[in-house]
Amino acid sequence: MDLPKAWEAALVDLKTWARINSPWAIHFNSGSCNGCDIEILATLTPRYDLERLGIKLQGSPRHADVLICTGPVTRQARERLIRTYEQMPDPKFVVAVGSCGITGGAFEGCYNVANGVDKVIPVDVYIPGCPPRPEAIIFGVSQLLQSLQPPKKAKNRNAIVTNPITGSTPKKGVGE
Amino acid sequence: MPETKHGDKFIVPIGPQHPALKEPGHFEFTVDGETVTGASVRLGFVHRGIEKAAEERTYIQDLYLLERICGICSHVHAMAFALGVEKLAGVTVPERAQAIRVLVAEMERIHSHLLWLGVAAHEAGFDTLFMYAWRDREKVMDLLEQLCGNRVNYSINVLGGVKEDVNDVIRDGILSAMDYLETRTVLYLKLVTTERTLIGRTRGIGIMEKQTAARLGTVGPTARASGLERDIRLEAPYAAYLQYPARIVTEQTGDLEARFIVRVKELYESFRLIRGILSTLPGGELTTKMPRRIPEGETISRVEAPRGELFYYIKSNGSDKPDRVKVRTPSINNFASVMATAVGHKLADIPMILSGIDPCFSCNDRMVSIRGSEGQQAVDWEELRLYGIEYYR
Repeated sequence: MDLPKAWEAALVDLKTWARINSPWAIHFNSGSCNGCDIEILATLTPRYDLERLGIKLQGSPRHADVLICTGPVTRQARERLIRTYEQMPDPKFVVAVGSCGITGGAFEGCYNVANGVDKVIPVDVYIPGCPPRPEAIIFGVSQLLQSLQPPKKAKNRNAIVTNPITGSTPKKGVGE
Repeated sequence: MPETKHGDKFIVPIGPQHPALKEPGHFEFTVDGETVTGASVRLGFVHRGIEKAAEERTYIQDLYLLERICGICSHVHAMAFALGVEKLAGVTVPERAQAIRVLVAEMERIHSHLLWLGVAAHEAGFDTLFMYAWRDREKVMDLLEQLCGNRVNYSINVLGGVKEDVNDVIRDGILSAMDYLETRTVLYLKLVTTERTLIGRTRGIGIMEKQTAARLGTVGPTARASGLERDIRLEAPYAAYLQYPARIVTEQTGDLEARFIVRVKELYESFRLIRGILSTLPGGELTTKMPRRIPEGETISRVEAPRGELFYYIKSNGSDKPDRVKVRTPSINNFASVMATAVGHKLADIPMILSGIDPCFSCNDRMVSIRGSEGQQAVDWEELRLYGIEYYR
């Protein structure tokens, strides 16, 4: 289907807007000690309540935008991690949670681990801590979302965009 | 492990990445319609090689490594290791340190049982209880953070004692939180015994008879829910459990409801123990001097983790690194009971039965040799090696 260029751009904007405001995350444990996983689960519970920010932890990789990965990646989990990552639709983002997800942490040098998620799949955000606090996990994910924000072109747009119905131009500062 | 028959039967694979599982494990359930006729499990996705790594690190480093075997019951792992090493070194730990260890262990039991209550309720589709239990769990997490400085891996143990002391502020905080949690526990006990929607998922499901529980070697609350009186805190009191004896909680029915009741009632027991410790906390030092090199020898150390008996075998060769550390965790003992009780149930009950033992996969993934009921299966190293070569050929 051929769309006018402006429409296509608007569609991309809409998708980005939806993605940033309601990212669906999938959680994968690649051999972590459970500490990070419990803290990720704790972010969903009443005190932290991640869902109020529109972030939903969700089961299938095919529905997910963000892969939250914990653990130093054991040899058994490695294949599964790659498969899960490949099943996710583009664009996809990976968050490595915990010290062992970053460098292997306490398990660095164990014979069965890959020493970090980024040895296996590309990682966008690292959240350090053993385990990181739920606040840190929320902060890390919000950092990821901020990095997805389109570059600020709002001012330019305000300058050229006119309302097609009234023909007026918006006042400076509105909508920023 | 039972062989899965690939015939005209339909096999439902679950995991390792699955919404119902927070941790990776692979299950294959053979089903006839909705009824499960066979079950098999494949573990090992979380095998990190910790026991081997422990041999290459010093005793002090091992304390922090072994704590990270499991993020839920991290304190008991460190405590079991510390107790074993102290026994090897012939060091007597001050009474105050022992009492603080038990205090943290009981607080960890509260957090673990509340966590389980939430997860099990979530599997039953009762998300309200999940949210309630986890909200109350944050109270305990706050206390643990206040006392130890970290929410999950507390690192309060050092070889020869504990790091942090309980002051008046922390004591008052703990006592008031215990009062609050006790009122909440009354509600939970009422919920798990009277709430119709929950009872429909738990009463009469996953029944394990006392004999079966004994034969399969179950431990901890899973065994106690079947009427087996197994509790290391009573059988072989360690740390300060001699001064502060725990009372055993058992149920006779052995179904999922009994496992709920046992765990919730154990919360009361933990509240009582914590109050007892805080009211008569012995004074004195927190640590005692530990030698860096541990004398040659071998020892075992057993503690009661929230999930059951945790067993440590430590062998020292006289240097500052252990010669061998062997860990046997409670979850692996209880896993056989899932495979045994799953058969004959509806597929929808499987997540409940699985979560009923409070499985902890990160604890599980280590090698074990299993003794059958027909007698001991003796496997020597050479046979094991040949078996491994054949298996992977």
